[in-house]
Amino acid sequence: MKPTKKKANGKPAKAQICLRVNGEPVEVAFAPHKTLLEVLREDLALTGTKHGCELGECGCCAVLVDGRPVLSCLVLGVAVEGHEVTTVEGMAEGAKLHPLQDAFAELGAAQCGYCTPGFLLTAKVLLEETPQPSRERIKEALAGNICRCTGYIKIFEAVELAAARMAGKPAEPSKESIYGRR
Amino acid sequence: MGGANGAERKNLRVIGKPHRKVDAASKVTGQTKYADDLVFPRMLYTKILRSTVPHGRILKIDTSKAESYPGVKLVLLGKEMPIPYGALPVSEDEHALAIGKVRMMGDPVAAVAAVDEDVATEALDLIDVEYELLPAISSIQAALDTPEPRIHEYGEFGNIHRRQVYEFGDVEAGFAEADYVREDITFYEGSTHLALEQHASVAQFGHDGKLTLWTCTQDPHYLHRSLAKVLELPQSHVRVIATTNGGGFGGKCDPFAHEIIVSKLAMMTGRPVKICLTREEVFYCHRGRHPVLMSTKTGFKKDGTITAMHHRTILDGGAYGGHGVASTFYTGVLQPTTYQMKRYKFEAVRVFTNKAPGGPKRGHGTPQPRFAQEIQMDKIAEQLGLDPAEMRKKHLVPSNSLTVNWLRVGTMGLGKCIDKVVEGSNWKERFRKLPYGKGIGLACSGYMCGAGTPIYWNNMPHSGVQLKLDRSGGVTVFCGSTEIGQGSDSILAYIVAEVLGIDPFDIRVVTADTDLTPVDLGSYSSRVTMMTGNAAIQAAERAKELLVQAVSAKLEVPADRLVLADRRVFDKENPEKGVTFVEAVWLAEAKFGTLGTVGSYKPPAAPGKFKGSGVGPSPAYSYSAAVAEVEVNPETGIVVVPRIWMAHDIGQCINPVVAMGQIEGSIYMGLGEALMEEMTYRGNRNVVHKFPSFLEYKSPTTMEMCDVITYLIEDQDSNGPFGAKEAGQGPQLPVPPAIANAIYDAVGVRIDEVPITPDKVLKAIRAKAKGQEGRYGPTVFPHCDMPASIFVPTPEEGGDGKAVERQPVLA
Amino acid sequence: MLRLPKFRYLQPKSLAEAVRMMSDEGPDAAFVAGGTDLYPNMKRRQQVPKVVIGLAQLKQLRTTKGKPAEGMILGAGLTLTEVAEDRRIQRAYPAVSKAAELISTPLLRNMGSIGGNLLLDTRCNYYDQNYEWRKGINFCMKKDGKICWVAPSSPRCWAVQSSDSAPVMVAIGAKVKLVSSSEERVLPTADLYKDDGIQYLNKRPDELLTEIHLPPTNGWRATYWKLRRRGSFDFPVLGVATCVRLAGDGTVEHAKIVLGGVGSHPIEVTLSEKAIIGKKLTEETIHDAAEAAYSPAKPLDNTDFAMSWRKHMARYYVACTLRELGGLPQNLPYSETGNNVPALRVFSSGPFS
Ligand SMILES: Cc1cc2nc3c(=O)[nH]c(=O)nc-3n(C[C@H](O)[C@H](O)[C@H](O)COP(=O)(O)OP(=O)(O)OC[C@H]3O[C@@H](n4cnc5c(N)ncnc54)[C@H](O)[C@@H]3O)c2cc1C
Ligand code: SF4
Ligand code: FES
Ligand code: FES
Repeated sequence: MKPTKKKANGKPAKAQICLRVNGEPVEVAFAPHKTLLEVLREDLALTGTKHGCELGECGCCAVLVDGRPVLSCLVLGVAVEGHEVTTVEGMAEGAKLHPLQDAFAELGAAQCGYCTPGFLLTAKVLLEETPQPSRERIKEALAGNICRCTGYIKIFEAVELAAARMAGKPAEPSKESIYGRR
Repeated sequence: MGGANGAERKNLRVIGKPHRKVDAASKVTGQTKYADDLVFPRMLYTKILRSTVPHGRILKIDTSKAESYPGVKLVLLGKEMPIPYGALPVSEDEHALAIGKVRMMGDPVAAVAAVDEDVATEALDLIDVEYELLPAISSIQAALDTPEPRIHEYGEFGNIHRRQVYEFGDVEAGFAEADYVREDITFYEGSTHLALEQHASVAQFGHDGKLTLWTCTQDPHYLHRSLAKVLELPQSHVRVIATTNGGGFGGKCDPFAHEIIVSKLAMMTGRPVKICLTREEVFYCHRGRHPVLMSTKTGFKKDGTITAMHHRTILDGGAYGGHGVASTFYTGVLQPTTYQMKRYKFEAVRVFTNKAPGGPKRGHGTPQPRFAQEIQMDKIAEQLGLDPAEMRKKHLVPSNSLTVNWLRVGTMGLGKCIDKVVEGSNWKERFRKLPYGKGIGLACSGYMCGAGTPIYWNNMPHSGVQLKLDRSGGVTVFCGSTEIGQGSDSILAYIVAEVLGIDPFDIRVVTADTDLTPVDLGSYSSRVTMMTGNAAIQAAERAKELLVQAVSAKLEVPADRLVLADRRVFDKENPEKGVTFVEAVWLAEAKFGTLGTVGSYKPPAAPGKFKGSGVGPSPAYSYSAAVAEVEVNPETGIVVVPRIWMAHDIGQCINPVVAMGQIEGSIYMGLGEALMEEMTYRGNRNVVHKFPSFLEYKSPTTMEMCDVITYLIEDQDSNGPFGAKEAGQGPQLPVPPAIANAIYDAVGVRIDEVPITPDKVLKAIRAKAKGQEGRYGPTVFPHCDMPASIFVPTPEEGGDGKAVERQPVLA
Repeated sequence: MLRLPKFRYLQPKSLAEAVRMMSDEGPDAAFVAGGTDLYPNMKRRQQVPKVVIGLAQLKQLRTTKGKPAEGMILGAGLTLTEVAEDRRIQRAYPAVSKAAELISTPLLRNMGSIGGNLLLDTRCNYYDQNYEWRKGINFCMKKDGKICWVAPSSPRCWAVQSSDSAPVMVAIGAKVKLVSSSEERVLPTADLYKDDGIQYLNKRPDELLTEIHLPPTNGWRATYWKLRRRGSFDFPVLGVATCVRLAGDGTVEHAKIVLGGVGSHPIEVTLSEKAIIGKKLTEETIHDAAEAAYSPAKPLDNTDFAMSWRKHMARYYVACTLRELGGLPQNLPYSETGNNVPALRVFSSGPFS
């Protein structure tokens, strides 16, 4: 971080930092008291990262810093200097959706879609660490993300589906999860 | 096909299939633009100064320091917007910024537009407001007891906003016929939507005198009207674009102060103006579940036949009218849609209090009375020694009938729903047979598929769809409906694709833009699939007709032999013979000129003809039955819900996976309301909201969500598009009473109010252990003077659905 | 968007630099580790330091040293995830890893530090509110105001000690090391806390918490039970940390029972301890100990849940911890059914643990 100095109008100068965002080096300047959430959304135009409370209480601002899911509303922008940040915009590989994104789309696990980026990134790390998680493990790993729309069920199912596919299985969602029982 | 709505269509190719939603790809990649994601050059930011007193007169507002603060462009006060507004024409009692008086903590008082949000926030603290405190009212009882000072100058009298009394048949005569009569007093605490997205809006005012507002509203049409009115602009100069809602659940239905404020500021500053509320402010917007105190007196025979019900409700309305008059109706009008009852009397009162206003939250006004009714049904079955599932099944409202209060029920799948959950949960082996601490409970519900009347009186369609077909073979659907996560955009694409024989992803959907799209009344009352679906079918059928005529002429095949499928139009007797869909469009455009069709939908007229009969009627009713399993720790009162079985009569799934998501989400919300969600205030501390935060307002996490076993019952309703009914609200309603009933099965105590928190359960268990009544809940229903009832003979008694002078049947 | 107030952010490269910066900047400065306590408080304007000194980059604070037999030393900057997932801690100090695991959410545990957790600001739902809300009650004694809304006639603040690890550290007798530019001191965790909602720490603002010294594992066992509404996110409204050493025949030789979340500091319930010391853990002695925990637990109406219920739960939870440590069954009417265990039981160490 370049030292902040007073500008003529009394406002502190912007801090300027270098970091990697979604695999690319980025240089960005912003008011030094901004959180990573604000920097991503307002200074890097990465509005895929959402916010529902700005106090660490909802989980929809989750991003990865050096591969770990954290709450961007409680991380200072200047503190990620030199680090690697991954947002939902960086999940797909080129035109190909990440298997989690694909499974979320397939199962309607994104209803209003507002919590979705946070869930996707948290789940991505879960599957990196635990490729075949049990339902209980999924619940624990996603316990810091609130979704008001789905009741989480389709999210759990999507994570399981993606896990199976990432293990190379040609998995399909269960009939009950799509059609219900009759 | 049969009726205009395609209900009898066979060989469906798109409908009923689990297609992805049209917006799925953009939502999983973070591309969807919500209101707060929009940025415009030279955009200003707004913050609102809110009342720090619950009830008071504004003596003085000094904005001078804020105005001269560097970076502040404008400070706005209420006097600039003197015209009141409100969701319903009968209670336009709001001002975007307070004029003279504030009625709750958090009432908007002044707004600052500044170069950034930091400056706007800092400037708020420089505005000095002097209040003269008025006594504040924080409960139903206090509102009844305190006629002065009045929170509003209108209403019935004192702090009573609204009273309604309806009597369908003579209830006293009904009680006289009963073997038993019981009265249960219950309470349903208020709760809020807690959509993840905090309300946000951006307004822009052009030099052409036109205003554009991007905002996360569920009802752009109603907002459009309010904006034009308050801003004194011609409606044609106002454009509302509802951005994709990051969750709504009814919380974004009302026209909101901040939407009007940014619009006014854009007009005054000539710059784009944005606002995004904080979570705390969203709690003040509220318009959620009304706290409702209920008394349900029911007469019944030994076999469970209901001879009469007298249902009374009092709603804690909060500080404003909003949709409250409608909410008040809904605390009673749908009671008779599930079980037959011979006579029904419904009395409702809505009071004003100095709290955030109640309004339409998922199930609008109906979860409360369902809770009252369904726990009472459980008690009645217990009292009669009947199995509650069997007893309910015996007295269901029949399909294609009129209820006691003149609602026309079409298909009625509740019996099948009960069968499914009874079977799935192994009810017969488990009910009253589980070990102490474990229990199982059943509850049912019925819900509307769209309100039969609009919010303001008019004779026009409730939903309109326009289709544009162009030479690329592209089809664009234009509709005013609003995507709040329920899948309304996708529904349009599926339906048009089905009719035109193309893929849903061939279609572009343009919605929720008052300049571009025909009116749809909004995403509320589970009306969207029903109404936009029917309108879309009509528009698509008309387009199909054009295509078929053109292709028929070209191929010399009779029009009735042509089929649209697989992106082709072909002869069903000789499928080889046909043209591609694109060619068909070319042919049609050559023949008829530029192609466009329209469709619209208006619900059938209501059978009831009395004043107030407009609330309750719906083109169709969905039904649901739930069995909840609970584990109650008798030493702590903690309740855990491991599993819920839900059977839902949906008519026809337009897309099953979307329907499943709606049902699971409904169960989630029902679980939250049953166990933990509550809007509570500190009456003795300036009526502050106790915890307007995501952390302390408790919403179930992944760890509390129960397992869900869903049964979809498809019993097509002739009014629904392809026979579809609703799934977005109905399945929430049986969840709280099913849980309460299961708790009784587990530990033998009745918790007659939600949320069912462990302290209440423990109190009831302890009372029972001491030989007292094992119950927690309200015991008194306060008195309120009521007007004479609007008396309507029941359909069974004859009459034409009109109110009559009361003629008691009693000798 | 709720935003941080303006402040200067400093990133020291060493512990020495961190303490020096702090003494240079004076009382308007604050350390920040994970920021999960400080930043929300700053956004709500409960704390408005002019200078914030970041500790997250300091490797020295992120180490784990020593062996359980001699006592382990945890760097104060270890994240809660690191503490919860460390195999050695899990094996030797299961109460510590369990307490860490029960804090808030997985996302937050990736950020929050164990040191920050011990120093967590006391909580109160008249205080943990936005600036505008607090203005509506004319603030309170803890920040910007004059009176305590929880107990208006009281001269003191009753904000609640809400750290999950604090009662555990007190119960097991862990020590903390505090370093400033002028001195270094090591003190028992119990002495770190004061029974006051405002001055809740025996620590000068310029002191840096660098290490937590876990005691040697020499036969004692400890557990922690947390009461909260939901299986994640929520602060404890009651936490019971119990540590006992049993003789070969099961007689209790040593006992420490500490309640968190029901007072402004971790409350040691000595009467409960007395009820079991020198005796065996049976339903009777456990009952006595539990009863003795009832009156010292003084929850007030400033957290989630009804206060009388929380008070009752102190009794119940003390019994649960003792049954667990004594190897007695938890006496649930249906405890044998293991299938479909709801989340609250397994994870939040709720009453069904
Ligand atoms: C939604 C939410 C839920 C939470 N739930 C829980 C919960 O269930 N249980 C619980 O215990 N906590 C909970 N917390 C609080 C907090 O997240 C944790 O206590 C966390 O461990 C704090 O650590 P931190 O590193 O983030 O602290 P910081 O915010 O970095 O610091 C906290 C305080 O300690 C000071 N400080 C930090 N490190 C040092 C040091 N090394 N030396 C001197 N001073 C220092 C800071 O100046 C500050 O005053 C929750 C927080 C949130 C936002
Ligand atoms: S206990 Fe009293 S003084 Fe302390 S934070 Fe709460 S209200 Fe304020
Ligand atoms: S915005 Fe809610 S946790 Fe960050
Ligand atoms: S999809 Fe709407 S909050 Fe999760």
